Amino acid sequence: MILLDRVTKKYARAENQVALDRISIHVDPKEFVIVIGQSGAGKTTLLKLLTREEKPTSGKIIVGGIDYDKLKDKDIPMLRRKIGVVFQDFKLLPNKTVFENVAYALEIAGASNKEIKNTVPRVLDIVNLKGKEKSMPRQLSGGERQRVAIARAIVRQPRILVADEPTGNLDPKYAWDIIKILEKINRYGTTVLLTTHNQEIVNKLKRRVITIRDGKIVSDKANAGYNIGHEKKTKNT
Amino acid sequence: MKRKLRTLRRIIRTGFVNFLRNFSLAVAAMAVMVVTLSIVLFSVITNATFKNTISQITNKIDVSVFLKDSVNQPQTNQLLTEIKALPDVKSIQYLNKSQVLAQYEQQNAGNQELVTAIGETANPLPATILIRPKNLNNIGNIKSFLIQPTIANMQSAPPSYSGKQEVAINRITHATNVLREVGVVAIVVFVVICALIIFNTIQMAIFNRRDEIQIMRLLGASTHYIRGPFIIESSIYGVVSAALSVLIINLVFVTTSSTLQASALGLLDINYANQYFDNHFWRLLAMQLIIGIVLGAVSSTIATHRYLKFKTK
Repeated sequence: MILLDRVTKKYARAENQVALDRISIHVDPKEFVIVIGQSGAGKTTLLKLLTREEKPTSGKIIVGGIDYDKLKDKDIPMLRRKIGVVFQDFKLLPNKTVFENVAYALEIAGASNKEIKNTVPRVLDIVNLKGKEKSMPRQLSGGERQRVAIARAIVRQPRILVADEPTGNLDPKYAWDIIKILEKINRYGTTVLLTTHNQEIVNKLKRRVITIRDGKIVSDKANAGYNIGHEKKTKNT
Repeated sequence: MKRKLRTLRRIIRTGFVNFLRNFSLAVAAMAVMVVTLSIVLFSVITNATFKNTISQITNKIDVSVFLKDSVNQPQTNQLLTEIKALPDVKSIQYLNKSQVLAQYEQQNAGNQELVTAIGETANPLPATILIRPKNLNNIGNIKSFLIQPTIANMQSAPPSYSGKQEVAINRITHATNVLREVGVVAIVVFVVICALIIFNTIQMAIFNRRDEIQIMRLLGASTHYIRGPFIIESSIYGVVSAALSVLIINLVFVTTSSTLQASALGLLDINYANQYFDNHFWRLLAMQLIIGIVLGAVSSTIATHRYLKFKTK
């Protein structure tokens, strides 16, 4: 479903610093993969490469059968419509209501009004936001905003969902709600790629964990826990 | 086709909704547009008024041909036809002897002695042809026609170029030509300044909402689906501002016309400006609407461009 082959990313503003260094990842359909690593390790860069927000300096990326090397600019919107993305800072449209924010994802895909009317309330129900349809994002709590962002990411029923620290800005009590929603979506058959800092979540989930440090993959284990601190220590000593 | 129409409907609806939801931003942008569009409209009307004043002056300038009493009617008609056929002639007017006399009496109504004196003899005034040239700078052809021996023979006196004030006429025509050019240049300059200011204002408004554009981009919205509502919104700015500018100029000319007439020191014929505004109301409104909409739409198209680019490195 997701294939990265020796992908390297250097940012133009810091040529001698490598954000990602020849990383290779293969994710199967319906898999739930957690990417962990400290701030600046390269997690967000990895997700930005998947959504083609950034272009790799070298290496090959294939997502859902689409080879990014052959992707033209005009095809990028189409690619993004196929991937659901949940951002750490929510990225809700400030001038649209909760309903409109979620509906927007369907509108840009050309869905009919009837389809939107049927689907959006159902998805808002899944993320426990019934009754908030007419609220503006500024009237919502952090947890609610993140749930709107998840509703927007899943409303098109994407085969791949990418979540960049979706619990990063949230209270622990909301954080677990969000993770449960992601698990639910994964059970329905969506491949989930989650990046997080949250040790408790990683340990509880017991999923495949990829650890990135300084742009390199340092471990990739199934049913793993959070062991970033330990590894860092061993390398330093 | 159905899908395209649906998309178009959504773009238009979103444009209107955004206009209402970003009202404070809209007011700020429109305030600037109203001022600049009003200046353009004012300069157009002022230019038209100057032009009118100029043409009033130039219409009073003509070439008079005085005919001998011996010239009979068929000869006169023949001459009139020939003059009319000259390429530089705008119009001609023929006054027979009694008409000239009547005019003379009318012009000198205040001087009874002159009127009585002229009435005591047989009418000494010659029948006259008034020739109004198309271009005051170009009466050479008319002149050379009139001094041909056959034509000159029919005249009681050499033709008069508005009382032989050729030098004065030349100066006036030169001044009016300069004024005309200045007027056109002023309008062009105002339109350019207006365009730059409006472009800048809309660019600022869109800069404020660049995050929104980037989010839409990340969600996979196509370029026209993101840009469309901004173009609609900016066009609404244009429509509202154009309507307001026409209203403001109307107020300026109509309600304050007497004050303006006094302060314009006769340089600007405010009554004509009023009349011009009334007669051309729909045309002026359409002009303002077109300027407003086109500037709004083009500015927002350019301003959104930079936030819609994909990373290429």
